[in-house]
Amino acid sequence: MIEALHLTKTFRDKKRGDIRAADDISFRVSPGQIYGLLGANGAGKTPTLRLLATLLNPTGGSATVSGFDVAREPEKVRTQVGFLAASTALYGRLTAREMIAYFGKLNGLADAEIRARTQRIADELAMHDFLDRRCDTFSTGMKQKTSIARTLIHDPAVMIFDEPTLGLDVMTARAIVKFVRECRNRGKTVIYSTHVMSEVEKLCDTIGIIHGGKLMAEGTLAGLRTIYGEQDMEEIFVKIVGAEDAK
Amino acid sequence: MNWTNILTVYLKELKDSLRDRRTLLSTIIIPTLVMPLLTFGVGKVASGVIGKARSETPTVMILGGEDSPGVVARLKESKKIKVVPTSLDWKEDITEKKVRAAVQLPEKFEAGLTAGASPTVVIYHYEGEMKSSFGAGELEKFFRELREKTTTERLAERSLPATLAKPFDFKRENVAPPEKVGGNLFGGLVPYLIIILCFTGAMYPAMDLTAGEKERGTMETLLCSPVARVDIVLGKFLMVLTGSLSAMGFMLSSMGVTALVAGSLLMGGGSMAKAGAAAAASVPAGSVIPLIDPLGLVGVLAMVFPVAVLFAALALTISLFAKSSKEAQSYLAPLMIVIIMPAVIGMLPGIDLNARLALVPLLNLSLVCKEMLSGVWHWNYIAIIFGSSCVYAAVALWLAVKMFNREDVIFRA
Repeated sequence: MIEALHLTKTFRDKKRGDIRAADDISFRVSPGQIYGLLGANGAGKTPTLRLLATLLNPTGGSATVSGFDVAREPEKVRTQVGFLAASTALYGRLTAREMIAYFGKLNGLADAEIRARTQRIADELAMHDFLDRRCDTFSTGMKQKTSIARTLIHDPAVMIFDEPTLGLDVMTARAIVKFVRECRNRGKTVIYSTHVMSEVEKLCDTIGIIHGGKLMAEGTLAGLRTIYGEQDMEEIFVKIVGAEDAK
Repeated sequence: MNWTNILTVYLKELKDSLRDRRTLLSTIIIPTLVMPLLTFGVGKVASGVIGKARSETPTVMILGGEDSPGVVARLKESKKIKVVPTSLDWKEDITEKKVRAAVQLPEKFEAGLTAGASPTVVIYHYEGEMKSSFGAGELEKFFRELREKTTTERLAERSLPATLAKPFDFKRENVAPPEKVGGNLFGGLVPYLIIILCFTGAMYPAMDLTAGEKERGTMETLLCSPVARVDIVLGKFLMVLTGSLSAMGFMLSSMGVTALVAGSLLMGGGSMAKAGAAAAASVPAGSVIPLIDPLGLVGVLAMVFPVAVLFAALALTISLFAKSSKEAQSYLAPLMIVIIMPAVIGMLPGIDLNARLALVPLLNLSLVCKEMLSGVWHWNYIAIIFGSSCVYAAVALWLAVKMFNREDVIFRA
């Protein structure tokens, strides 16, 4: 379960003054649900997700992840979260097995448990061919699989995906989308940020449209279609964001 | 603080670094090779150049001397020099290294010697040019011998003993034990090398583990783990410290082996094992083989430890601020000059340790190491230096932790 209440993050910039990267954002994601955070580049998706993953500290509002407060209990929050982003890379000089084991240990798992879980995840993701190869020799698909394995090793209740398909080829992107769906099917709480409309349409149970750090609209795909009188997600998005820009 | 997590981060960083050629180069290979290269490489080249210059018979010109055929003939007969025909541009010939030196014989030089006069012979050479100074040296030697011979002949003519011109003799003898000689000789150099290698050993791992991770995108991955940031920074710090200490350890081991091999070669190929302490006993009096006091070396290692901590924390803090390895390098490279300066000042003769200098970081280390390697132990200064170094190191480490908790630093792009 994720609950954000008036979550705000302000950065101070010498040239531009105060920048509100996340501005009074409130939403809730339940287990077994995928919440899509849809926004253009620079809309505030990454800061919002980084706040939930406790990589950043909020300057206002609050949020809880699996009942733990992101500001007061960041380490407990991170035990509950699997965070996958285009910016979370792998250690090139470690093998996939070492990479997974390292994050297993950092999550407090015992060696035997790490071995068993690695075996199970490698079976599921068909990783055995490259499990003992160094990550700097991997193709993009292998890297994504290893990253997924890294996020799953501690079996988190909450999965946060920040534009995970960015720059990936169609086949690898499809595999990621399939994996996100599987997470929902396993009862995990999933939050998924993207600027790709089709991914939101295919995946998300609830969609939040973010622009200028603010959550502009929220609802199911069917609900948004009804409210804005458009079938196409792109048209809905332009209506919401365009209206805000026109102000 | 969770030591299990710190150890996990440290062991991962160690494994990662051992697979990185650039880290291995800066922490193991260069420190191991620096002393043998300096001793045998540069030393061999230098001795080769000097040997070649010495083996050459210097060409000299005689200016004047038409009325002193005897001296000119003896100069021409000398096998140590080669007399070439005099030219009008003799100064230019020396400058252009066509001849090495020239000697000006005064008018009626020979006649003056017989008459008991005291004429002045002038030797011309090119200051700072090695072969020219060898040529001038040979000429000086020739005329010194001629002067002694003339003195002896003049005394004999007057039936006076030769000891009249040399009433007594004197010589120098060393009383300093070998380790003091070694301490004085190497006391300045060893801390200088230690300081440089400690810093270079810390530099590359620090850049790789912070700015390098930011650049490669693994920093965010690591921060997603539930480990506290203080544990991450301490794990990384321990790795940087390992790099710094290993650079020093490899350098000192290599220096020890080099000294043993060099000592053995100096003794004419004797057993290497005997070349250490036993060497001093077997060497004739007056030609002491310099040794380094082993206790002094232990003291140096103890004093260097907080400085290595300081370097590791400082390099980590500065690198952490940088967005990329390249930027980190541009911050750390100038710092190297700042670090070398006190080390160089410490090498200068005449600068002695006092209470005020004991508080100046790095210079205090350089000076106290020089003393300890010579067997001098000023315990009050040692305590001040160790204590102040620990304080500086703790402040630097605290800064590193503070820096790691700053979002604008960690996510600086």
